[in-house]
Amino acid sequence: MPEYTLKLRRYDPHAGEAPYYEEFQVELEPHRSVLEAILKVKAEQDGSVGIRCSCRAAICGSCGVRINGRPGLACHTHLEHAANRGVNADGTTILVEPMGNMPVIKDLIVDMDAVHWKKIERVTPWLINKQPIPEREYVVPHENMVDVTQTMACIQCGACVSDCLSMEVDPLFVGPAALAKAYRFVGDPRDAEHEERLRDLAEDPHGIYDCTHCFNCIEACPKGVAPMSQIMRLRRVSSADFGIEDRNNGYRHEHAFVKNIRKNGLLHEADLVPDSYGGKLHPRAVPELIGSLPTVVRGLQRGKMTPAKALLHPHKAPKEVKRIFDVVEGREQRVELNLYISGYEDDESEAQA
Amino acid sequence: MPAHDVLIIGAGLAGQRAALAAADAGASVAILSKVHPVRSHSVAAAGGINAALNPEDSWESHAFDTVKGSDYLGDQDAIEIMCREAPDEILWLEHAGVTFHRSDSGHLGTRAFGGASQARTYYVADITGQAILHVLYERLMKHHETVDRFEEWFTTTLLQDEDGACVGCVARDIRSGRLETFNAKSVILASGGAGQVFKPTTNALICTGDGIAQAYRIGAPLMDMEMIQYHPTTLAENGFLITEGARGEGAHLYNALGERFMERYAPNKLELASRDVVSRAEQTEINEGRGFPDGTIALDITKVPRKRTLEALREIVNIGKDFAGVDITREPIHIKPGMHYIMGGVKTDFDGQTPIPGLYAAGEVACVSVHGGNRLGANSLLDTLIFGRRSGEHAAHRARGVAMPKAPASVLRDAQGEIDAILGRDTGSRPPRRISEIKEELGETMNRYVAVFRDAEGLAQAHEIVARLKQEAPQAAIDDKGTIFNQDVLAAIELGYMLDVAEAIVLAAQERKESRGAQFRTDFPERNDADWLHHITVSLNGDGPELATAPVTMTRWEPQERTY
Repeated sequence: MPEYTLKLRRYDPHAGEAPYYEEFQVELEPHRSVLEAILKVKAEQDGSVGIRCSCRAAICGSCGVRINGRPGLACHTHLEHAANRGVNADGTTILVEPMGNMPVIKDLIVDMDAVHWKKIERVTPWLINKQPIPEREYVVPHENMVDVTQTMACIQCGACVSDCLSMEVDPLFVGPAALAKAYRFVGDPRDAEHEERLRDLAEDPHGIYDCTHCFNCIEACPKGVAPMSQIMRLRRVSSADFGIEDRNNGYRHEHAFVKNIRKNGLLHEADLVPDSYGGKLHPRAVPELIGSLPTVVRGLQRGKMTPAKALLHPHKAPKEVKRIFDVVEGREQRVELNLYISGYEDDESEAQA
Repeated sequence: MPAHDVLIIGAGLAGQRAALAAADAGASVAILSKVHPVRSHSVAAAGGINAALNPEDSWESHAFDTVKGSDYLGDQDAIEIMCREAPDEILWLEHAGVTFHRSDSGHLGTRAFGGASQARTYYVADITGQAILHVLYERLMKHHETVDRFEEWFTTTLLQDEDGACVGCVARDIRSGRLETFNAKSVILASGGAGQVFKPTTNALICTGDGIAQAYRIGAPLMDMEMIQYHPTTLAENGFLITEGARGEGAHLYNALGERFMERYAPNKLELASRDVVSRAEQTEINEGRGFPDGTIALDITKVPRKRTLEALREIVNIGKDFAGVDITREPIHIKPGMHYIMGGVKTDFDGQTPIPGLYAAGEVACVSVHGGNRLGANSLLDTLIFGRRSGEHAAHRARGVAMPKAPASVLRDAQGEIDAILGRDTGSRPPRRISEIKEELGETMNRYVAVFRDAEGLAQAHEIVARLKQEAPQAAIDDKGTIFNQDVLAAIELGYMLDVAEAIVLAAQERKESRGAQFRTDFPERNDADWLHHITVSLNGDGPELATAPVTMTRWEPQERTY
């Protein structure tokens, strides 16, 4: 049986000293989980190692940690995969640290109440029933219930919060888990306050438009909830269905972006800023343009941009790009990707074969 | 020091439902749990929840299926209540926000389940427990002004007044190590089952029988403790659960010869016979050499259309992929029977009341008894919710007529003394055994001798080992001497709980000299209604356990031969 070196980040709150790393040797088969290795250490070597855990099967969401630098569930990460991932991977050493963006209580245990749950509470996380409440069940399309099941599948493990870059920069960002939770209500036809919820989260400077599309949360999520996709869906419903134009210019920025790509194929940044604020001559755009001057100057100094490139964008969108826009926009219904209904195409191709 | 009308210990489905019901009834409520509520083991319930909600179905049919499933050991008055109230509970959940999957018409959809004469299992993909648990927690967050939540608090002792009534508990804040007295007019135990007494088990690491042992230690009788459910489909390697929903959706079982062997054991219901019947059939195949070389049976889910599997059984697709390296939509997966559920628990009436005044129990910690000798799939979620709610309502009502108790300061000193004793264990000159070693030996012993098939010799062996482990446990090594998140101290206390529960299980199994439901004695292979159609109870009398019997309540269904 192979031997792994488990390098655990330890923090003893009693000691009043900085965190440190401690190594343990563990013999286990490669397809066993990192949690099993940690539990083996606890059982045989040091019972004081702190980690929350319960189900061992990726359902309870207790054991969120960082493994070789990447967030995930300890019970859901095989030793062989863990040992071979990350920049310093050597096939035997597994570095386990507490999740990020949350204060550490002890060893691998973080304070989820202070961050994760506070943010969940921010999104009014309960159904506000559409009235009148029917005597029996609400009659709603099966597809809607399957659709929101993707966000119901969230086990509140915090892996997405751990590595959210926007939250690192703006700790007040509502964040991936809470916004995915918000979609669970916005996508639920039984909820009465879709528009109020969206307006609230669009107007909040730390709300839906605070996400920067880094995809970290999608990579981190062990349950395929794809929080960023849910945030994008919140934006689409907010702008396309309710026409909510927020004071943070999130709406305008997104539309400017789409317009920009449709026209240029590649992003023309000089147009993007003014367009995001209503056009070059719009009164709101002027202070924004002045405000962005230092960035422009830095860019020129470092040669990242030249005046010619900035003002005369050389690229025009090819026909193919325009066709993509025409096809997508010409559809009667928006197409949304959903985990629980993936596999349809597969099945059809099998049936044909 | 916190004081509430109703104190609930445990925050899975039973506890959260009790909290919401008690708050609705106007009580001040505290709910306390050793893990964050959404980590509770209810989260793992996969397949669904039963109710006769369709117009073509009837609660009587559901009740009869349950009585028959229980091998006539279930109390029929309690079963009638549960099945009658089931449809309204489903609608309550639906209105609360549970995202039940629908039929094509947009109405609540159902799937088939074991031991049921109708498809009456309502579901959310195969994360039904998770969906309901998280929605109840949404309601708790909504009602934060009326329900005080104490998350990550570990109960060490139940408190009694001089008349013996239960008046609260002492609990340790896991994050700080601070002990606190919780005064309450009524206490509801909703702390779940005891699967960790066995190894392997489908149960989470937190399922250590805390509430069962706490109630037992203050004199509450335990009932039906011999009835341990082995689930027919657990993953061969690590005991993880493969939901019965798989068979409900159409999956088949095969032995190594490729035979669909259930044809021989349950010609009508086949794979969807009661769990005890299917587990016994599998174990017989394995014991008689028709299993696979690794002692397993094949579960073939490829019979189910792939699209349906991906939509409705997604969790086990993941479990197959992540924990067994098998794509269940393409190939069979190897399974065997594994410990899953304890039908027994703290004896209660159908309002959750135990014989100790002020102490209630609901959910897996309790034994109403609606499951008798064998629980039907998708009846456990129903049990937690119906009797959680009824307990909450009754406890709130009772609290109106009772003065707020105030425990003396000495209880805190005593509890602290016990913790200090664990921390300061004098292990003598010999190196002590580790908690994990004792736990492992306990689990393997129970799984060897108190499993699908049992006999007097094996049970005696189990009894002897459990008695020895009870001697060893108080000296087990403690590495962590700190106060913040000291999981070592908690594990030491839990080990004591598990050993009490194990002893009760073994004693009851030794006592019942017949085969009924989950208890199959190879030395007494027949059901014997003349001598054994009654419950067995275990209570603490002085320092030792005492066995007694309790009658089974029959309303309208006389015992019949049980075939599927």
